[in-house]
Amino acid sequence: MAFDPSAPWCVSAQVSLRDETFGAMAYHHGNRRLVFLKSPQLVELVRRLEQFDSADLAIDAVVPPDQHGRYVKALTALATSEIVCGR
Amino acid sequence: MAANSTLRDHLERGLRAPICLTWELTYACNLACTHCLSSSGRRDPKELTTQEAKKLIDEIAAMQIFYINVGGGEPMIRRDFFELVEYAVNQGVGVKFSTNGTRINQSAAQRLSGIDYLDIQISIDGADAITSDRLRGTGSYAAARRAMDHLQAASFGPFKISVVMTRESIEQLDEFEALATQYGAQLRLTRLRPSGRAVEQWASLHPTLEQNRRLYHWLLKRPHVLTGDSFFHLSALGPSLEGLNLCGAGRVVCLIDPVGDVYACPFVIHEEFKAGNVRSGGFKSVWTNSELLRSLREPGSPGACGSCGSYDACRGGCMAAKFFTGLERNDPDPECVFGYGEAALAAKRVLLRPRSSPDHSRRVPVSISPL
Repeated sequence: MAFDPSAPWCVSAQVSLRDETFGAMAYHHGNRRLVFLKSPQLVELVRRLEQFDSADLAIDAVVPPDQHGRYVKALTALATSEIVCGR
Repeated sequence: MAANSTLRDHLERGLRAPICLTWELTYACNLACTHCLSSSGRRDPKELTTQEAKKLIDEIAAMQIFYINVGGGEPMIRRDFFELVEYAVNQGVGVKFSTNGTRINQSAAQRLSGIDYLDIQISIDGADAITSDRLRGTGSYAAARRAMDHLQAASFGPFKISVVMTRESIEQLDEFEALATQYGAQLRLTRLRPSGRAVEQWASLHPTLEQNRRLYHWLLKRPHVLTGDSFFHLSALGPSLEGLNLCGAGRVVCLIDPVGDVYACPFVIHEEFKAGNVRSGGFKSVWTNSELLRSLREPGSPGACGSCGSYDACRGGCMAAKFFTGLERNDPDPECVFGYGEAALAAKRVLLRPRSSPDHSRRVPVSISPL
């Protein structure tokens, strides 16, 4: 699914997250993809997506403004592998 | 995906739980493949009971191990096979199981098709009966093909065709690809390790340097071909192959054998790599506390490989391949792409090759009858 940061997003219901020292691993039980979330901030962002009306607002709440673009990119990749999905 | 160096450092120091947990359900097998990595054949009377197996699945689910690789022996021989698979899947633990296919008839294929989060790997070791049966036994190739036909007829979806790369099978890469395409299956190629009964066979069966080089370039062009990360020693030839490209033993990989013994990886079923048993205190305590597993997570010395410019790519290769060919842990991989492993083997005056310790090989020949 194409990633629109102004839309509301959440972790897919088919995904399990497991915390690790580097961040977390996400596994999609449907497409069998295993994805490494390589920072604790990204893990927090992914977990908190569902609390916000848009991904942009979630990013603003979790990461400093100068890193906004980086996290849009990270979420775009996670949307492509279906780890996060629109709600 | 290739792990970047920071992530790889984390993975080498070990994770809270394995990514790739193999669980051999039984040592019983109706085949007697000459290169069986677990020396399977006869059931072990001390194998985990259904209740013990379910308790282990509970623990696996609690540790958030996303899926388990189930093997054997032939896992479908266990009478509670479907019960255990369904129990795991119902707890959100995916199951990928390896089978020789002999027990997949029409009704088994239909039942398997009805289970979500289930992957099946059917093993063959040649693209034709003559090549495959030479290692796996007369009739085994036909039985595997019947299983594939049944899965296709039952609309199972994309199962996997799993092939160990030997000096012979490696010459049939394009035929395997065609066979996978014919079934809409995924092809999975893995490395022949000198483990189990293959200790004896390895010297004559393992691919030559030239064949490994061809395999590397073939795989590089086909990132969709699965390898279970088993050819990372070939990444010294150029760009990394798909996968984490590291030895995962005790770090992200682990094996539980049919009697509940925990080994660092599926290819080191040997006393020296036994980390504990799940019967006393459970799997998590072994994974977290075992001295052996903890030592594997310490930074290892690259040994002679430290002076080779490719150490960062191949990480010295496979621990199991070194151990069972009589090499030391910091020696080069016996199949080092630059030939340093062959030189190291030749330089050993007395080669002490360990044998796999538990041996469940059958004492009489087996025959395969169609279901």
